[in-house]
Amino acid sequence: MRKWITGAGFALVLSMIFWCGTASAEEAAKELKVGFVYVSPVGDAGWSYAHDQGRLVIDEMEGVETAYVEKVPEGPDAERVMLNMARKDFDLVFATSFGYMDPMLKVAQRFPDVTFMHCSGFKTADNMGNYFGRMYQARYLTGMVAGAMTESNVLGFVAAFPIPEVIRGINAFALGAQAVNPDATVRVVWTKTWYDPATEKEAAKSLLDIGADVIAQHQDSPGPQEAAQEQGVYSIGYNTDMRAFAPKAHLVAAVWNWAPFYTEMVKQVRNGTWEPKAYWYGIEKGIVDISTINDIVPQEIQKQVLERKGEIVEEKFHVFSGPIRDQKGKERIAEGKTATDPEMLGMDWFVEGVVGTTE
Amino acid sequence: MNQWLRITKRQERPAWRSCLVLAGAILFSLAVSAFLLAVQGRPPLRGLWLLFQGAYGSLWAIEDCLNKAVPIYLCSLGVAVAFRLQVWNIGAEGQYALGAVGATWAALSFPGLPAVFLIPAMMAVAFAAGALWGLIPAILKLRMRANEIIVTLMLNYIAILFLDYLVYGPWKDPVSFGFPMTPIFPPAAVIDRIGGTGLHWGLALCVVCGLLIWVFFRFTRLGYELKASGENVRAARYARLPYSRLVLLVMALSGALAGWAGFVEASATLNRLQPSIMVGYGYTAIVVAWLARLNPLYIGFAAFLLAGLRVGVENLQLELQVPAAFGQIMEGLILLSVLAGGFFIDYRLSLRRRS
Repeated sequence: MRKWITGAGFALVLSMIFWCGTASAEEAAKELKVGFVYVSPVGDAGWSYAHDQGRLVIDEMEGVETAYVEKVPEGPDAERVMLNMARKDFDLVFATSFGYMDPMLKVAQRFPDVTFMHCSGFKTADNMGNYFGRMYQARYLTGMVAGAMTESNVLGFVAAFPIPEVIRGINAFALGAQAVNPDATVRVVWTKTWYDPATEKEAAKSLLDIGADVIAQHQDSPGPQEAAQEQGVYSIGYNTDMRAFAPKAHLVAAVWNWAPFYTEMVKQVRNGTWEPKAYWYGIEKGIVDISTINDIVPQEIQKQVLERKGEIVEEKFHVFSGPIRDQKGKERIAEGKTATDPEMLGMDWFVEGVVGTTE
Repeated sequence: MNQWLRITKRQERPAWRSCLVLAGAILFSLAVSAFLLAVQGRPPLRGLWLLFQGAYGSLWAIEDCLNKAVPIYLCSLGVAVAFRLQVWNIGAEGQYALGAVGATWAALSFPGLPAVFLIPAMMAVAFAAGALWGLIPAILKLRMRANEIIVTLMLNYIAILFLDYLVYGPWKDPVSFGFPMTPIFPPAAVIDRIGGTGLHWGLALCVVCGLLIWVFFRFTRLGYELKASGENVRAARYARLPYSRLVLLVMALSGALAGWAGFVEASATLNRLQPSIMVGYGYTAIVVAWLARLNPLYIGFAAFLLAGLRVGVENLQLELQVPAAFGQIMEGLILLSVLAGGFFIDYRLSLRRRS
């Protein structure tokens, strides 16, 4: 009996909570409401931070209102967050992690009037497009810097998950390093997390222990940069210019610059020219780039890297130009050929000179 | 204990006092949260109101909370069963993973079966897989005196890595561009929605399991033996209660319930298996079980409350742009205040009179 009364009391508290919540205020706004769903906290100086820099730029646009939800787990939670954005009359939703693809597709089908844009996936619908940047181009250029600066010829790569996006980046990095230093090898450690500063730093240390003297990363925290600085070796940043975290170690970073793309999308949605396409812009649009190269890198190498960047922009050079062999020596891209987009989007093998497995 | 204060154990524990203490603890944590909002320069009362609105302020929000509470409830119920016997199963996370793997195996192996056969098959395999993962530490505990806290915790990592292996390897969808996920389940393997609502039948499974566990502890001899052994293992052994068998039973049951949580998540919410199914429900379950003092009914309330907090914080973020960490801070605050409040249910604090 007593327990039931406690239960009833509990229910009373809950019903009070209900009551407080039911009154709701609707605000009528004609502004374009743009929502962002992030996988990690925006203060991370990494992936979500880079997207949020883009959001801040469109937030300044006339008649545009933005909001974001950070640290949303990929899966059912993501679906709910996007549903709530649609229910709250958001007009345009950007979701910036691969795992948001299927949830977004479900929500897009329920809200045909809302425009959805998914970053890094491959599915589209009538009101859902996807977008990404050719980060492998910037990775290649940072690989050139790393390859030129290494003395041990072992480059360490702290990487999140063995998915095509990351594998493609590691391959491009290795090819860039080999272009200036044929003896360079890339050692890969998987952390199985996008954002976990402690794990990433530990992973970097394990690479330092086996003799790596340049640490690169496909991670969202500056942990690996710090590990390199503490050990007195070099590092290559990712997402944003990470120099502030490791001023002595940081050679260059492969960076995202989403502002121009987000501005373009907002304009298109507003004037009705938006189409559900798959956008895969490259360094020529500035969506990916490299940061300023550290002065410790010899001028000659800097010049070489910038020349190569010019060639990529003018499409005179393709990062994945054959002949390219995989780890087992099997030819994957033939002489005179370049990798097609579907081949790159589904890349699940490492090039020769990468030490590690893709599982 | 102190010059000014005296702590005495209460003789009676009336229900109204428990309610009062609980309400007080929740109000206290809300007040601290409001203060924290104010410190960040956000309107505190509007913030709390947005939180409630996001969690319980509309029909769909309540549906979202209920759906989110389902896996937490099943895991927590399982954990509570083991805790009743003072067997510390920290392995709900791994048992949940194995349940999801088991259900997925059934869904991928018999895609042609109609739902009436396929769903029970998935349930059976998930049940068995979860139970197996619970039995391993139970057997190790009984045979080798291995500490179940350590073993269940370690088995979590093994289970999650096994799940990773499957979705990165043999079960990977050939058309997923190399991304780790199984093919989408056939429609027959997906748990239906209840009527025209956003709720799914996993909720009914929770109600049934909760009732059965309650009846089991209240009215069966085995349930009584379990409770008695949980109070005092030595006395139970002396009374010739079958302690070993009880340990095996609770760990299997505990694992099986967590396994069903994995089945429900894979089937009803993800419609496939992918690594993001692991979001820590198995650990949340432990918190919920303690918050609810291992009572099946209260576990329901606590799971609903915690789910509401997690769902509501998203609304708070969306409207006020508070950091995501704020939700975790609130969660911690509520847990601490409620657990600390438990002190006032059992003890009274009075001023010491100067003599």
